[in-house]
Amino acid sequence: MSSERRSRTSRVVIYSLLILFSAAFLAPFVWLVSTSLKPIEQTLSLPVSFIPKAFFAPINGKRTEVTLDFPVTQSGAVVRVLTGDDAGKQQYVDDARLAARPGEYAVIHTVAPGSWHVSQRLEHELGAIGPAPDWDIVTKAQIESHVKFRWDNYPKALASLGGGNQPGREKVSFWTYLGNSLTVAILGVLGTVISNAIIAYGFARLKWKGRDAFFAVTLATMMVPFPVLMVPLYGVFKAFGMIGTLLPLWLPAWFGSAFNIFLMRQFFRTIPEELSEAARIDGCSEWRIFWRIIIPLSTPVLVVVALFHFIFAWNDFLAPLLYLTRKDTYTLALALQSYQSQNGGVQWHYLMAASAVTILPVIVLFLFAQKTFIRGIATTGSKS
Amino acid sequence: MTRGEKKQLRSGLAFTSLWIIGLGAFTAYPVIASLYYSFCDYSILKGPVWSGVENYQQLVQDGLFWKSLRNTLFYAGLSVPLGTAVALGLAVLLNCEVRGKSAFRLLFFMPSIVPVVASAMLWLWIFNGEYGLMNGILNPLLAPFGLHGPAWLADPAWSKPALIIMSVWGTGNAMVIYLAGLQNVPAELYEAAEIDGASAWQRFIHVTLPVIAPVVAFNAIMALIGAMQLFAQAYIMSEGANGNGNASDGNPARSTLFYTIYLFTTAFQDLRMGYASAMAYVLFIITAGLTWLAARLSRGRNEDAI
Repeated sequence: MSSERRSRTSRVVIYSLLILFSAAFLAPFVWLVSTSLKPIEQTLSLPVSFIPKAFFAPINGKRTEVTLDFPVTQSGAVVRVLTGDDAGKQQYVDDARLAARPGEYAVIHTVAPGSWHVSQRLEHELGAIGPAPDWDIVTKAQIESHVKFRWDNYPKALASLGGGNQPGREKVSFWTYLGNSLTVAILGVLGTVISNAIIAYGFARLKWKGRDAFFAVTLATMMVPFPVLMVPLYGVFKAFGMIGTLLPLWLPAWFGSAFNIFLMRQFFRTIPEELSEAARIDGCSEWRIFWRIIIPLSTPVLVVVALFHFIFAWNDFLAPLLYLTRKDTYTLALALQSYQSQNGGVQWHYLMAASAVTILPVIVLFLFAQKTFIRGIATTGSKS
Repeated sequence: MTRGEKKQLRSGLAFTSLWIIGLGAFTAYPVIASLYYSFCDYSILKGPVWSGVENYQQLVQDGLFWKSLRNTLFYAGLSVPLGTAVALGLAVLLNCEVRGKSAFRLLFFMPSIVPVVASAMLWLWIFNGEYGLMNGILNPLLAPFGLHGPAWLADPAWSKPALIIMSVWGTGNAMVIYLAGLQNVPAELYEAAEIDGASAWQRFIHVTLPVIAPVVAFNAIMALIGAMQLFAQAYIMSEGANGNGNASDGNPARSTLFYTIYLFTTAFQDLRMGYASAMAYVLFIITAGLTWLAARLSRGRNEDAI
């Protein structure tokens, strides 16, 4: 085999594998978005489909948006009932019944096997009682379908996230959850960036007795698993009356964290010492050197730390579960879980829409700051 | 200490003062308090009462403790090697000068930043036995053999494999790290190997792997530490799929009762905080052992790099 041909074969293999994995990694996202744009009955139908559709068929001769209820297997007729309790109603009867009681029914039209029972699509909230839908039985050829995205699932999902359409439930607006999540994330980001920059300066650019020992202790705290801290931390926040407020979720960020101190210290150490020395000779205070020289040169690391913390705070589940007690203090993540656990797994279209809304800010942030992200992760994973 | 040294010490402490408070209040105190509680009978309603090693003695005899440990080890023992293999495989593929490399990297990485609650909802739906995507794909493939897909999260035999499959989806973070590591492999090494007639596989085994192995080992152990603390996905999906209103039982049939879930339930639902603290310390010791291993491996790596 020539080496050119061998390399062409290997490229085919490489691209095939990449495409296969891409499909596997992408499919869950597509499934999420496609479910969020379907009407409820299409989420509960087989075979599974990625494409949200709308179906149309003539009902009593009028083109109507319909749901496909079930296929009719026997030949028969759609009739109007003439006698008895059901007089005046429209029914489907099979041929045998029609032949047995000829006088009871007025045939509207006949039905061949393989036809579909369809009903007018009405928008009901779950459990609500509305007008009975019109229905008819039509041949397969009479059904037309096209792609339709139900964007109105989104506002409805967000409303039901806050208990909007359930009578007797405490109602909290989606905007309250969003506000809580943003409060926790933004105050946390500010705290993380400010506190860790100051602390890291102390470790990176100042020489003092005990510094290295203290830094070693700092690094050691990184290995303490959160479950070890959980019980006493709960006690601390309880003692300060902070349980049920957002404070335990962002306040600790203002007092440094080992990982971010480490990350910033590494970066600060790469800034030439001569810059600081020159400023010291000019009589600058350490604070001024930190604020005027180090910080302006450190944007990349500050952005990485800010992004990481935003994502961490936005995504966090355990801490909100631990500390938040009232629904109006829930973060979006906790609200989503609480919605799912209260409504069971029926309204998948709303659940997926609400999940998509929870994911969106992180994805947008990531797309804007991709390079910073990737670089940040590559450095954190390979330095130790 | 000279005056200059004192002044330096003062400014050093001033800059790190926030951390001194933070370390004390949010790490040091909890670590010590937790150790003390682990020797106590303690609920948050009532102060701790010293009970010696009773908690630890009970732990050894607690069937649920061992169950949760076994479940956790099963999950960690499969999800970490699988995730590492996929991450490394993808990194190697992307390192082959492919077109659209950054688009692929973006796609593979994206799942790892999805909020865990949202990805739990998504996979809960994917693993739905009746209408989920997973069985929607599997059933037509299995039908010729007279089989059909399992109920996944509602089936004790398949609930952990479902969580493991989901964890592989989030392995993009490691892939980015490995890709960065691969790009540090000197090109001359590959050229030399190629001249010697080494095949692609031989080049991977003899050139790539030795350079990247310490990075992989270090990150795999970090992933193992993370997997030992699995909580959110299991907590949410166990209830979501079995819906009995109590998320902490590890349903179905306690097959998803993981270590941290049992710890959380013991502490915050049964209010047995002393017992939970003893569990926390056992986890701490396991984690410390793994960290020590990771530190050793990464030291080995630095020596290699010279």
